[in-house]
Amino acid sequence: MPHQERGAAAPAVATRTIGPAVGAGEAPLEDQPLERVNQPVSFWRGFVPTVRDIWAYRELLGQLIRKELKVKYKDSVLGFVWTLLRPLLYLLVYAVAIGVFLGSGKVIPQFGIYLFTGLLAWTLFTDIIGGCTGSIVGNAGLVKKVYFPRELFPLSVVGAALVNVLLQAVILILAYMVTWSFPSPGNLGLIPLALLALIFFSVGLGLILAASNVFLRDVTHLVEVGLLLWFWMTPIVYDWTKVRTTLTVDNDLAWLFQVYLANPMANIVLAFQRALWPGGQTEAGAAFYYDGNLYLRLGVLIAAGLVFVWVAQRLFARSQGNFAQEL
Amino acid sequence: MTDVIRVHDVSKQFALRKDKSLKERLVNARRSRENAEAFWALRDIDLTFASGSTTGLIGHNGSGKSTLLKIIGGILTPSSGYVERRGRLAALLELGAGFHGDLTGRENVYLNAAILGLTRKQTDGYFDEIVDFSGIENFIDTQVKFYSSGMYVRLAFAVAVHVDPEILLVDEVLSVGDEPFQRKCLDRIRRFQREGRTIVFVSHGLDQVRQLCDRAVLLDHGNQLVDGTPTEAVRAFRDLNQAVEEADEEKNVDLAAQGTRRVTISDVSVADLDGRPVRTLPSGAGLQVRFRVDPGSRLDDWIVGVALEDSGGQVVWGANSDMQGFSLPELTGAPEEVTVEFPEVPLSEGVYQVSIAVASTGNKTVYHRVNRLATFRVVTDAYEDGAVHLRPGYRVGDQAVPRGGVPLESAAGER
Repeated sequence: MPHQERGAAAPAVATRTIGPAVGAGEAPLEDQPLERVNQPVSFWRGFVPTVRDIWAYRELLGQLIRKELKVKYKDSVLGFVWTLLRPLLYLLVYAVAIGVFLGSGKVIPQFGIYLFTGLLAWTLFTDIIGGCTGSIVGNAGLVKKVYFPRELFPLSVVGAALVNVLLQAVILILAYMVTWSFPSPGNLGLIPLALLALIFFSVGLGLILAASNVFLRDVTHLVEVGLLLWFWMTPIVYDWTKVRTTLTVDNDLAWLFQVYLANPMANIVLAFQRALWPGGQTEAGAAFYYDGNLYLRLGVLIAAGLVFVWVAQRLFARSQGNFAQEL
Repeated sequence: MTDVIRVHDVSKQFALRKDKSLKERLVNARRSRENAEAFWALRDIDLTFASGSTTGLIGHNGSGKSTLLKIIGGILTPSSGYVERRGRLAALLELGAGFHGDLTGRENVYLNAAILGLTRKQTDGYFDEIVDFSGIENFIDTQVKFYSSGMYVRLAFAVAVHVDPEILLVDEVLSVGDEPFQRKCLDRIRRFQREGRTIVFVSHGLDQVRQLCDRAVLLDHGNQLVDGTPTEAVRAFRDLNQAVEEADEEKNVDLAAQGTRRVTISDVSVADLDGRPVRTLPSGAGLQVRFRVDPGSRLDDWIVGVALEDSGGQVVWGANSDMQGFSLPELTGAPEEVTVEFPEVPLSEGVYQVSIAVASTGNKTVYHRVNRLATFRVVTDAYEDGAVHLRPGYRVGDQAVPRGGVPLESAAGER
């Protein structure tokens, strides 16, 4: 008799193959286990199930990224050109103010490209951090009405930022063409490592900021100020050797220089410059780029970044149950 | 029958915090606890939903209906207790929650479908059907911000019903769009029912609950008051409302009155045929509407109008003495008691309100009109839709079909 029942239910079930493929998929309803909604998981073990959950929703993540990209420049005449115009404007300002007026352009060869490689990494970082911070609050309507892993909001920001950085890289390639100087392929291996480190680090930070912004709106403003400070703590518009000279030669503060170099963004930017800045090697003998062991440094950063993402996700998961009621 | 959702002793407490910025938090750090006002949105809710059932959640605004849906949907986490469920779930808590005004209808369909759990390929397959259901083919490539609110909601609902969930949570979204579209939506819900899906829905349309649900739960201030048949729950809810309405009635006397006050109406009451005041009567029983008129001086040209309205404000019956061929006797100037007697009131179950007017013939001058002053309730044990209570018989060929179960009259007469 129960067998009979199953047979009758089967056709109805077979047509229902829709929805995020979480759980048992096509098994008849009575065979699916009762699952506890929002099962409290211990702080230590919740990461892997969340990652699996996010993977199940990857299609939605793609849609959300597409939305971010489409919405940003919808109805603007120049559209995606704005993605390129902003860093170009920065480039112009810094090149004139620092390169020409302050004379850095005479010291650092191919100052334009030098600036741009650093700005490339920095724009990616600020896009992710700034975007993530507002991602939950900005999507309050969705957070309050629909359930899917909340991590998708910050992650969609990351995806959109990555697409933007790829577009901006086109400018860099054009600059190579114009100046007809290319970076040596030997250091290009640093790029994937630096990108990975940057993504881990910024995703972790982004998750924490996104969650805390829900409870404390001051975070948005704090981030703005913090990023400005951070920008000048990172060798983007100036030369890292200046910092070394000032701290270790002029003053006896070698430890402070090590602290300076512990800044993850400094390492990432230095790696970008070493890999993508042709001016770093043209000078015979004297390397302008950072010649320390960047592979090791990035390796450590990636490992630390992974742990950081894990911790950040757990903190995020802890607070996300209250998002819907706080917004 | 398999249990699809189990709600175990769920309570939810909200903290209404008043300070939101860092400054306020720091300044009020010590008082922060006191500033957080606790408020129970749900208390000890214990429910089980079987597969294929349709349950309506009813209650006043703020009674916790939506909170319960959100907890079942996983959007909120309960303060204590937990929810178990199996099967794919779609929550329609707000139509077009994922819509973005800057995107076109087409883009929004894909985005919203993904939010509700469809893959891109599946959406491709359903796309024409979705557009067809929404009936806005011509605007599908227009940005959604230019849509009328009706179009917006149609498109959103069209997407929502094409997601194929095993559990459907619906929050007050069935009352959208124009009438043909509403009918389409209800047809879709009925199809879901036939396909054996489990539906939990919140509605303020009590008739809708009675039509669609096989069970209803009444919530009041976060407590589960009644869990039973829709008729039981709706009746209990109306009892709850009646108390509130009676309190309001007294306050509204002056507000509801109109007219020149040449004649005044007072002491409106509803009674049964024996003249005993009643609040509730079985359908088909008789009813008297009684009131006093005070003409002040002699008056020979006057008529009395009575209207009965249902809880939705729809007039279910209305006429005046003139229209019905009665000419009322001259008033001497002394107050007089007027009784309008209805030998039979075959209305369907619900709450009805009485409005009374005294005017000159042809309604040229309205002397006094009191709106919705008296309330009475009609109960039946019949399962029927519509405004009137009819008692049909059935005949197949030459043979009359006997009624199984309790005869209608005796069931109604018990009350």
